[in-house]
Amino acid sequence: MTQLPDRTDRKLGLVIDLDTCVGCHACVISCKGWNTENESAPLSDQDAYGTAPSGTFLNRVHSYEIQPDTGPAQLVHFPKSCLHCEDAPCVTVCPTGASYKRVEDGIVLVNEDHCIGCGLCAWSCPYGARELDLAAGVMKKCTLCVDRIYNTHLDEEDRVPACVRTCPAGARHFGDLGDPDSDVSRLVAERGGAELMPEQGTRPVNRYLPPRPRDQWQADPAPAALAPVADTPTGFPGWLDKALEKL
Amino acid sequence: MHPAPSVILFTTLSGLGFGLLFWLGLGLPAVTGRTAFVFFTIAYLLAVGGLAASSFHLGRPDRAWRAFSQWKTSWLSREACCAVLALLTMAAYGAALVFAQTRLPLLGALGAVLSLGTVLTTAMIYTQLRTVPRWHQPLTPALFLSLSLAGGALLAGQTDLALWLLPLAGAILIAHWQLGDSALARSGTTLASATGLGHIGHVRAFEPPHTGPNYLMREMVFVVGRKHALKLRTIALCLGIVLPVALLLLPFSHLLGALAVLSHLAGVATARWLFFAEAEHVVGLYYGKR
Repeated sequence: MTQLPDRTDRKLGLVIDLDTCVGCHACVISCKGWNTENESAPLSDQDAYGTAPSGTFLNRVHSYEIQPDTGPAQLVHFPKSCLHCEDAPCVTVCPTGASYKRVEDGIVLVNEDHCIGCGLCAWSCPYGARELDLAAGVMKKCTLCVDRIYNTHLDEEDRVPACVRTCPAGARHFGDLGDPDSDVSRLVAERGGAELMPEQGTRPVNRYLPPRPRDQWQADPAPAALAPVADTPTGFPGWLDKALEKL
Repeated sequence: MHPAPSVILFTTLSGLGFGLLFWLGLGLPAVTGRTAFVFFTIAYLLAVGGLAASSFHLGRPDRAWRAFSQWKTSWLSREACCAVLALLTMAAYGAALVFAQTRLPLLGALGAVLSLGTVLTTAMIYTQLRTVPRWHQPLTPALFLSLSLAGGALLAGQTDLALWLLPLAGAILIAHWQLGDSALARSGTTLASATGLGHIGHVRAFEPPHTGPNYLMREMVFVVGRKHALKLRTIALCLGIVLPVALLLLPFSHLLGALAVLSHLAGVATARWLFFAEAEHVVGLYYGKR
């Protein structure tokens, strides 16, 4: 059902340390690997070896430059996947009941056998955590590796999400953010873990630990970025662009 | 947002079709027999044609029946239920008019409410999305309802009503553009709040997560429409509102009436294209775009 539970027994989620992440994208690859090879529909690629490759990913790493008022700019690598929100808008908008939030651990999942691929849940997500798989025609999202974390066929240390297990920098932490005494909750308290887009009212479970203050140094500020050289659209939008330009 | 042709066709045509069904349900015009058959055929072609077009943007249309189940929380599900109820009710009401020359006013009124309800639920699908600040405002349902009522009145040959409703819809359209232009800024969502890093300094997207486009960017980061927004807004307003009103003010003829309807349809389709193309989804911020 698409009605959100009043409360969940646990709030499983990730804590991502932006101070430690080196931007290697290993979590992206291990996520794609695990979730392509296992129970749910594979994460397909289109034109994988052609000129315009594109594909479905549940985890992507952005990079941002932060320019403080004084001092040099900082580069922050920023992995982003589903935040397993407490007030998940993607669940309530679903017309079929395919999207749901589990009472026992708070994980937000998609029942791929019921999804009609309307895409409304992806529209309702402010974080871009859901992607429609073009081959399967159903919505894909991070499952918090629900097929790993309870899997007794795996060794104890492997019962964490694939991205957490693979991170060579130890920048990703998995645990119960509903328990104030858990390791992840204490980490969030110590390091001032942030919610993304709190104004959107989604109450995300995942937290991001901000980079620690850098050493101070004296340097010139970064030069201004250049304007893009060409961004002319092609095809029908290109024709429309030209036709309207002539009016 | 990506202006998918199926969704633009759907909202434009079914909006007009359900608008016509609304007026027919109220007995405006009070038609029976063959004339009623023609009116109802046009209304059903528009409403059902629009609904059929909307199924083309589904990844798995074979499972569309499941969309009737989650009306407790989902506006999309409510729309599906409301549309089917409206079409069934109006079919019974129309059958009585066409085959028995009998007007069942209570059934007609119920059908009218359900028809307008369908338009409202369509509008709420967009209005509910806090992620698209341009849509997340009370004027969005007002816009869909006023355009549907005005277009329906035009198609139902209710000239006096259309002459009031078309300018009203035009005024709401302009107000929706005006408020929409500042909606993203007023929403308070920025790259700083998106990353939680604003307290350190000015945040700028440095490197995207991949070199090619992805589903999110194709679906939600569409910028071509905004370059010509002013021209397209003028076209939408002239074709959708000004020209039909001018044609209605001329001495009545069926040819001018048909021209007014076609012009209105083209104008609403343009406005609807802009409704999507101009809308900024906050996920664009993560990609350094809007």
